[in-house]
Amino acid sequence: MKPFTYERAATPADAAASAARTPGARFIGGGTNLLDLMKLQIETPPHLIDVGHLKLDRIEDTPEGGLRIGAHVTNTALASDARVRRDYGVVSRAIVAGASGQLRNKATTAGNLLQRTRCPYFYDTNQPCNKRKPGSGCGAIGGYSRQLAVIGTSDACIATYPGDMAVAMRVLDATVETVSPGGAKRAIPIADFHRLPGSTPHIETTLVPGEVITAVTLPKPIGGTQMYLKVRDRASYAFALVSVAAVIQRDGSGRVAVGGIAHKPWRVEAAEADMPRGAKAVAARLLAGAKPTQDNAFKIPLVERTLAAALAEAKAA
Amino acid sequence: MKFDTPATTNPIDRLRVVGKPTDRIDGKYKTTGTAPYAYERHDVVANQAYGHIVGAAIAKGRIERIDLAEAQAAPGVIAIVTAADAGPLGKAQTNTAKLLAGPDVQHYHQAVAIVVAETFEQARAAGALVRVEYARAKGAYDLAGAKSGAATPDKSEHPDSAVADFAGAFAAAPVSIDATYTTPDQSHAMMEPHASIASWQGDKLTLWTSHQMIAWSKRDLAKTMGIPAANVRVDSPYIGGGFGGKLFLRADAVMAALAARKAGRPVKVALARPMIANNTTHRPATIQRIRIGARRDGTITAIGHESWSGNLADGSPEMAVQQTRLLYAGANRMTRTRLALLDLPEGNAMRAPGEAPGLMALEIAMDEMAEKLGMDPVSFRVLNDTQVDPEKPERPFSQRQLVKCLQDGAAKFGWDKRAAKPGTVRDGRWLVGMGVASAFRNNMLMKSAARVRLNDKGVVTVETDMTDIGTGTYTIIAQTAAEMMGVPLDKVVVKLGDSDFPASAGSGGQWGANNSTSGVYAACAKLREAVTAKLGLATDAVFEDSRVKAGGRSAKLTDAARDGELVAEDLIEYGDLDKKMQQSTFGGHFVEAAVDSYTGEVRIRRMLAVCAAGRILNPKSARSQVIGAMTMGAGAALMEELAVDKRFGFFVNHDLAGYEVPVHADIPHQEVVFLDEVDPQSSPMKAKGVGELGICGVGAAIANAIYNACGVRVRDYPITLDKMIDRLPQVA
Repeated sequence: MKPFTYERAATPADAAASAARTPGARFIGGGTNLLDLMKLQIETPPHLIDVGHLKLDRIEDTPEGGLRIGAHVTNTALASDARVRRDYGVVSRAIVAGASGQLRNKATTAGNLLQRTRCPYFYDTNQPCNKRKPGSGCGAIGGYSRQLAVIGTSDACIATYPGDMAVAMRVLDATVETVSPGGAKRAIPIADFHRLPGSTPHIETTLVPGEVITAVTLPKPIGGTQMYLKVRDRASYAFALVSVAAVIQRDGSGRVAVGGIAHKPWRVEAAEADMPRGAKAVAARLLAGAKPTQDNAFKIPLVERTLAAALAEAKAA
Repeated sequence: MKFDTPATTNPIDRLRVVGKPTDRIDGKYKTTGTAPYAYERHDVVANQAYGHIVGAAIAKGRIERIDLAEAQAAPGVIAIVTAADAGPLGKAQTNTAKLLAGPDVQHYHQAVAIVVAETFEQARAAGALVRVEYARAKGAYDLAGAKSGAATPDKSEHPDSAVADFAGAFAAAPVSIDATYTTPDQSHAMMEPHASIASWQGDKLTLWTSHQMIAWSKRDLAKTMGIPAANVRVDSPYIGGGFGGKLFLRADAVMAALAARKAGRPVKVALARPMIANNTTHRPATIQRIRIGARRDGTITAIGHESWSGNLADGSPEMAVQQTRLLYAGANRMTRTRLALLDLPEGNAMRAPGEAPGLMALEIAMDEMAEKLGMDPVSFRVLNDTQVDPEKPERPFSQRQLVKCLQDGAAKFGWDKRAAKPGTVRDGRWLVGMGVASAFRNNMLMKSAARVRLNDKGVVTVETDMTDIGTGTYTIIAQTAAEMMGVPLDKVVVKLGDSDFPASAGSGGQWGANNSTSGVYAACAKLREAVTAKLGLATDAVFEDSRVKAGGRSAKLTDAARDGELVAEDLIEYGDLDKKMQQSTFGGHFVEAAVDSYTGEVRIRRMLAVCAAGRILNPKSARSQVIGAMTMGAGAALMEELAVDKRFGFFVNHDLAGYEVPVHADIPHQEVVFLDEVDPQSSPMKAKGVGELGICGVGAAIANAIYNACGVRVRDYPITLDKMIDRLPQVA
């Protein structure tokens, strides 16, 4: 860990302004990912801006009939909220499928969206990684890539976005609310929030430097059977090989987003038209153009089979 | 005390304390955080500075240049040591690679430098400023690729064995299998990282550390530092797990000693978790070919087992064929061990080296063979039991209850409900199956010494350099001393892990319990003589209830120490009983597992181990050992694998997020049964080891349960869903 300075921001706008003043500054929420990365010198911010005291820790109803989740609402609070459990079960289930109770007590809604990849080459500073050190190359391509992305990849990066909550939010068409250093507010559809790696895998979201997340809003409830199936090598406390967030309606229509296969939560709305035809048809369109490695080619059939399990579960519900 | 004739009745047989399921006497310290581990020994010496080890960034090559200027100028930095200024270092026999690289680099994360600073954070930050330029050399990192060039190892004693005509008998067998299995590199992943505090007093060195084998550690640290062993003291009273990873001197100890010398003050060092997998030792991967031939009635006529593993030059092989020489009958036999040269980190012992990976392969082969024969897998194993060493039939086993382990286990587990046809039992979306495997691990005899003291309060104090690596050693030693001296457990004080104490067997190879308690037995026997002499009682006196009774007379034990403490020291050493008879431990593992018919995820549902391992000194701590080993075996079966980057030559998933071990949710109901057994050939304690038996075979029992559940046979561990998904039944 490199020495750094620390401040506690008073308002979101102050936090954004401060970040704009200090190149390389990072916001710190729960710190469950950032502090680990700082210890390994994967992140070396000279300045930390604590956004944990901005009164962004409430879950409120929106005029549109949805929910507005403050950026600093913890994973535990969000997953256990009665409205979330009743109307947005997929979010609650996704959150409790991740990390551990202790981590979820600290982890925040905004921080969770910004969780960085778990690619082992990103984590080892001796290895090339375009995400950690732009231009150094990608160690994972041609290396150990079992966990990594199968679609939306580039020649520069095959890392995955590792989180669970965002996959559920993607299937619900959540919106990320922000404040920019200039004070401007904007609402980013979650579909546009995470980027594909392209030639700049170190730029992971569409946030501009200094932009602060203030909330995530969920549209009004869409009902249906809401599921989050997370497939992994051990029963708990592991990142997804593949995860499926699905909302299936009685008539067989539905939505699906997939985690563990791309640089962002993966959803292809056009594929959902095939939902009544079954998992095979949906998966074929969802994964069209996939370029798996030898190590992770199993994710292609695994997505289809996990979706089939979700559809079967919905039918039985 | 020389143990060279089988044990007869002795004070341990009274079983007033020994054999009882006693709580750990150190449990309250562990659970309240008051058992100090190596890195936490803040009070042993003042002015401790912090050391941080910098590991090599390449797997093989040379260090061209090290620039320390930035690191030296960093805040708080006191000293930096590299090979350039470490002075000449020796290398212990038990180390394959050097513990400090330079100029050559032998493996990834081999220590290159240690930075000493006033705080941990300063040392770590400065460590990142050590600039090292390397010249990479080409290395060999792929076992499968290096297999064809593998050689017969020099070091191992018996790389090959042959009885009668294996090739002819195998060719002639009406039923046979010939299959190849692989096991991956594995990391010990113990909870407590390797850690040491070093302090010099003139030319004398004290090391507070975490180590399984105190006498080896002292010997090897002296050798490496080039100082007399008499000038080294090693102290390791509490150890947060080792599993073989702390059998040998490692970089934390040597680098702490070098750093403390240069800094002129005590230095503490812990290996950072991401460094442990590549800096220390690991269980090497194996490729194993097994051939079994049998008559149609199931009698094995030919059994052959070949194993390939890799290591650095002068390293030793994984002896994965070991158990196959002893486990099943069969007139024609062959084993072969080959070793390839690899430039991966050093391979070495991990819990049940040899048998753990060997049985993972052999016991799948036995399951495959049973299926081919149309036999029940339990019956097939029972049919091919042997009561003698199959290579030397004149050598019987001292005790061998494998058949009873399997049959009792089958009855208890409900084995009769197992469907012989795979893939036929469903529970919702889950396919459910059962699997069995034999467990086998040899019992090793090592000399072990102890000192015992009796004071006028009637307190018996035991001193030995034996270690408790989480196994329960403190407790079984206290039980032994209490039994021998006829005092309650709370009148016994056990002091362990200090090299100033008499040298014990140490903890490894499941030899710790039997040998160390036998050493305490020997010392207590001598103390009893001193007591009876002092009290003027006959030497066959009975010691009980803190009294000594003989010939109708009775005296208080404390009277013997009235004029001063009585002290006795002795060691157990062994004759050739283990040559005349084969001493081994046995078990039967039973597993019920479910496979998700959609995703191929595996969930273990029930596990049972029935063990026969001599006298069980403490059924509670022994059970803990076995269930822990079963858990580790579940990890080996289902998830543990050090992934090799075959281009750069290192273990990629080198932290506990990447190297997955089982969590609570993976481990369901576990049950352990110990058969009644005493083995008078093993020691006066009539005990044998049990700490490794539990991992032996359990992986194959899981593999066999998976096959029985879903009909997919996986021969490459770990059995992850990607190896099954294309062979699972179709889903809608």
